[in-house]
Amino acid sequence: MSNTSTGPSTFNGKVWEFGDDINTDLVIPNFAVFMTLEEQLPHCFSANRPGWVDEVQPGDVLVAGRNFGVGSARNIGAVFHALGISGVLAESFNGLGLRNCINAGLPSLPCPGVLDVFAEGDIAEVEWTTGAVRNLTTGATAVGNPIPTQLQSIVIAGGVENVLRSEGYLAAQ
Amino acid sequence: MGMNTIEKILANHSEQKDVKPGDVVMVDVDVTVQFDHARPDVLRIANPDKLVLCHDHVVPAPTVQAANMAKRMRDFVDRFGIKNYFPVGKHGISHVLVAAEGYALPGQILVNADSHTCSSGAMNCLARGMGPSEMLYILCKGQTWYLVGATTKVVLEGALPERVYARDVIHYIPGQYGDFAGRNLEWHGDGLANIDIDGRLTMATISAELSAEFSLFPYDDALASYLEGRAKWPFEPAHPDDDAHYEQVITIDVSSLEPQVVLPNKVAWNVKAAREVASEGIKVDQAFIGSCANGRLSDFAVAAEILDGRQIASGTRMIVTPGSQDILKQAIKLGYVETLMDAGAVVTSSTCGACFGGHMGLLADGEVCITASTRNFQGRMGSPSASVFMGSPATVAASAVTGVITDPRDL
Repeated sequence: MSNTSTGPSTFNGKVWEFGDDINTDLVIPNFAVFMTLEEQLPHCFSANRPGWVDEVQPGDVLVAGRNFGVGSARNIGAVFHALGISGVLAESFNGLGLRNCINAGLPSLPCPGVLDVFAEGDIAEVEWTTGAVRNLTTGATAVGNPIPTQLQSIVIAGGVENVLRSEGYLAAQ
Repeated sequence: MGMNTIEKILANHSEQKDVKPGDVVMVDVDVTVQFDHARPDVLRIANPDKLVLCHDHVVPAPTVQAANMAKRMRDFVDRFGIKNYFPVGKHGISHVLVAAEGYALPGQILVNADSHTCSSGAMNCLARGMGPSEMLYILCKGQTWYLVGATTKVVLEGALPERVYARDVIHYIPGQYGDFAGRNLEWHGDGLANIDIDGRLTMATISAELSAEFSLFPYDDALASYLEGRAKWPFEPAHPDDDAHYEQVITIDVSSLEPQVVLPNKVAWNVKAAREVASEGIKVDQAFIGSCANGRLSDFAVAAEILDGRQIASGTRMIVTPGSQDILKQAIKLGYVETLMDAGAVVTSSTCGACFGGHMGLLADGEVCITASTRNFQGRMGSPSASVFMGSPATVAASAVTGVITDPRDL
């Protein structure tokens, strides 16, 4: 397991692989919608992958198929960020799912072909600001589509709420 | 190259006068809608007169936690002097309210921290679901960004056959074309004249299940007359340039469509004709009609027409939830509620309720539901071992009568 951060524009860690159409209700089930973030964490993927939250380690990377994050406005980015996920790669993202990841300060990028590049447990190294994706276990590489620089700044700031707090729109925590 | 309707609305709201796929566009937001949540740590907001607040997901409060959320919203309304507020008693589902009450307007940008915000695309209003964190940014600063996706032009031709509805059209598309993640839908064609505003609202709402970004309908005679006397503010409709660019064009002759059922757990590539599903004899435990997709008066009308003089099958329960208090009142006046109750259905107060497994109609382990609400995900409406099929209100009502998933043309 690698959880070493090599700088603000890179994330790396052990890969957890998920398939197509991973939806928001799997991340935050119906009964957990109005819980606090801390209370929501144990329920992430409880329907489709029971026990996963007990195995995931800080720094781990999510690799998923098409249409990742389809569904509701539930803040999946905040859940993954709080679980210590260092970044998300998917064949494609649902637009709202991607927005929630960016706004939670979680580096995320579409990367066509990513499911062919990684097997579960491989170590990924991702330069998310440029899209350079490497499998450190096998040496395989891929090219992701980095989010535009205006949006990268939200991720670097640690999420949109940090931006608002620093500008005096939200009360200090 | 010309801009399509979506790109033109974005350009009209930003300093960027030429918008194309791949751009990030910073825009000024016209209308901000917020339901259930109102955070006490917000110190100042940008545009209180263009903020619409309502209670919709859990109303009236089924838990102390929900009651406290509602209280925080009332505090927020008082603190910022919010005029556009729908308290309990005037409540409704946010997407239903903004159309019916004339807040979602042509050519404008509307935001709301709910994925079915794309519903307002039926009003020629640029709207998509936003996240809860970025809603704070919009609330405070009145601006947001959109990552511009490529647009598919969907051209509808013909008129819908009997017992085939707008809901079936929007189910047919992901069955044939899969998801539209990161892409927009723009609706065109003579066939639209045969789809009323309620039907367009259903289609725009369910576009979220196609994973579309925006789903935009044209400003036409039907929309103009719907907005007469209803629009809260002046507006300027948006139309595509003559040489507008589209990534692809899909043409559908709706007169050849059959009722369509979405199978459980996902929508893309997971749709069959109701006729085929009906042949499997799938027993139904719960039939549900409601939500921002199909909780409108026309949905009550269809259900009442099918259930009139009939009884819901033994062993099946049916729940019907209106999209707003106003819709419930009209459904009572027109006799729909009595017809539904005579058939054995439960008619509830307006709420998102059973659609998101919140309250009033959750599914038990292993149960089967046929629903005209918004989602069929695993665990969406209750137990993770329950199965949720989706169909039009007619398919749901017909299935409630027979107790098995049924093609409404066969009843």
